[in-house]
Amino acid sequence: MSIYKDVVIAGFGGQGVMLIGNLLAYSAMEAGLNVTYMPVYGPEMRGGTANCAVVISDDDIGSPIIQSPVSLIIMNRPSLDKFQPRIQDQGVMIMNTSLIEAELADTGRVQAFGVPCNDIANGLGNTRMANMVAIGAYVQATGVLPLEQVQACLAKVISPHYAHLIPKNSEAIAAGAAHAAKYGTL
Amino acid sequence: MTEQTPKRIFVKGNEAIARGALAAGCKCYFGYPITPQNDIPEFMSQAIRDAGGQFVQAESEIAAANMVLGATACGIRAMTSSSSPGISLKQEALSYMAGSELPGVVVNMVRGGPGLGDIGPSQGDYFQSTRGGGHGDYRLLVLAPASGQEAYDLTIKAFDLAFKYRNPVMILGDAILGQMKEPIAPWIPDNLDPDEAADWRLDGAKGRQPRLHKSLFLQEGELAQQNRHLQEKYEAMKAEIDYESFMVEDADIIVVAFGSIGRIAKSTIRKIRSTGKKVGLIRPITVYPYPSEILKTLAEQGKKFLTIEHNMGQMVEDVRLAIRTITDSDFYSCLPGNLPTPDDFEEPILKALEG
Repeated sequence: MSIYKDVVIAGFGGQGVMLIGNLLAYSAMEAGLNVTYMPVYGPEMRGGTANCAVVISDDDIGSPIIQSPVSLIIMNRPSLDKFQPRIQDQGVMIMNTSLIEAELADTGRVQAFGVPCNDIANGLGNTRMANMVAIGAYVQATGVLPLEQVQACLAKVISPHYAHLIPKNSEAIAAGAAHAAKYGTL
Repeated sequence: MTEQTPKRIFVKGNEAIARGALAAGCKCYFGYPITPQNDIPEFMSQAIRDAGGQFVQAESEIAAANMVLGATACGIRAMTSSSSPGISLKQEALSYMAGSELPGVVVNMVRGGPGLGDIGPSQGDYFQSTRGGGHGDYRLLVLAPASGQEAYDLTIKAFDLAFKYRNPVMILGDAILGQMKEPIAPWIPDNLDPDEAADWRLDGAKGRQPRLHKSLFLQEGELAQQNRHLQEKYEAMKAEIDYESFMVEDADIIVVAFGSIGRIAKSTIRKIRSTGKKVGLIRPITVYPYPSEILKTLAEQGKKFLTIEHNMGQMVEDVRLAIRTITDSDFYSCLPGNLPTPDDFEEPILKALEG
């Protein structure tokens, strides 16, 4: 069976869901895989809910748009309400328990990893790195790519102006992965 | 994992088109902003000047299209891009380019319509693109990419075909293709001919007779002759027909879908195939001229047909024309304004297969 992974990443505009979608997709390309990255690009970008879909495969990719994702990264409550009913049975969901109550996870149907992304990021010095914590947890939970591959691609998706933040973001990715490895599913 | 291809870059479909145009030697880009194609002028505004070309943000879509007419009259590879409402405004210039045989390249990243519609994806401009679009008996050569790489490759091809036939060529994409990012492997063609327009370009008449490009033919018999010539040219364009064929050989039913919908349908077909049901796909890459022959051949083999489009039923007419003496095609419409997913197509395909 060939490799096939997809994920919908959703949150508030400003939580950096597009950035980690780009990071994941770029990392997959660097790993020699095929990948599509499909953002929403409408008024959502200006402050409402934002989401993007990333599909990774070693075969050519059909649809870049996913109705029933294999996995989810959910950064806020409205995104949980919208996407949790659509995830496939036994799909992997990373849920930001800093902003969402853990008991809202449909643990009977979904492999839900509760990760307090904002709290972990805060502990590292900047709550805005919550997105990096989440992508670290996702990579750990799914094994889609080596964690180092994702960390190495930070420089490709973060503008040179913010290059000094890359080591901290890399740390946040590692912290997210460590949390997922330590605590497992809810 | 597949073989490492380090030369790949990760770009939106819009940027793939802009990069393809530069690789093809496009020296003039004229545009006017509209979502969802703004990445093309944004990229071009810097990159084409870096490449020694010219960028103009025109005062309107109409002006931009007429600037392409002017540049191509001088034998320069030139392009404009827009999205549906803006493409409607360009139709006059397209008709004039077709009438005076000038090789402009026009990109339409289609959005929902009619009117201003929305900024989401749609295939509602199929008729406009493949039937000429403006006034008079003319056709564009229309290429419909479904991926970033294909967008890049077909943009290079668009310039070659435009100059080969001295006819405007359209890249027909949509908001999905334009906004989606994918890895592409850029390449530079090595067959660019600086003298490709030497016989007809306007470059000052020093040492030769003046040349005239026109679409007005008032002398008796003159216009009839021009129209006959154009029709012969459109007939000759059939040599460029291209399509993707996916698992058709043993298929009981052929899904016909172009552009983004073609690739989304491919996901559905893979899923249905895994249950043992025999479904195939024909994805036209040239939508004018249309790959009628392959459809007719498949119809003669007794296969059923289902056309899927992101509009209310446009290309299905070309499918029906192709197979009309043998069978008919079912049609499934994904409504413009909705975002199509592979799940949406499963039931209609199964229904058409059993029906």
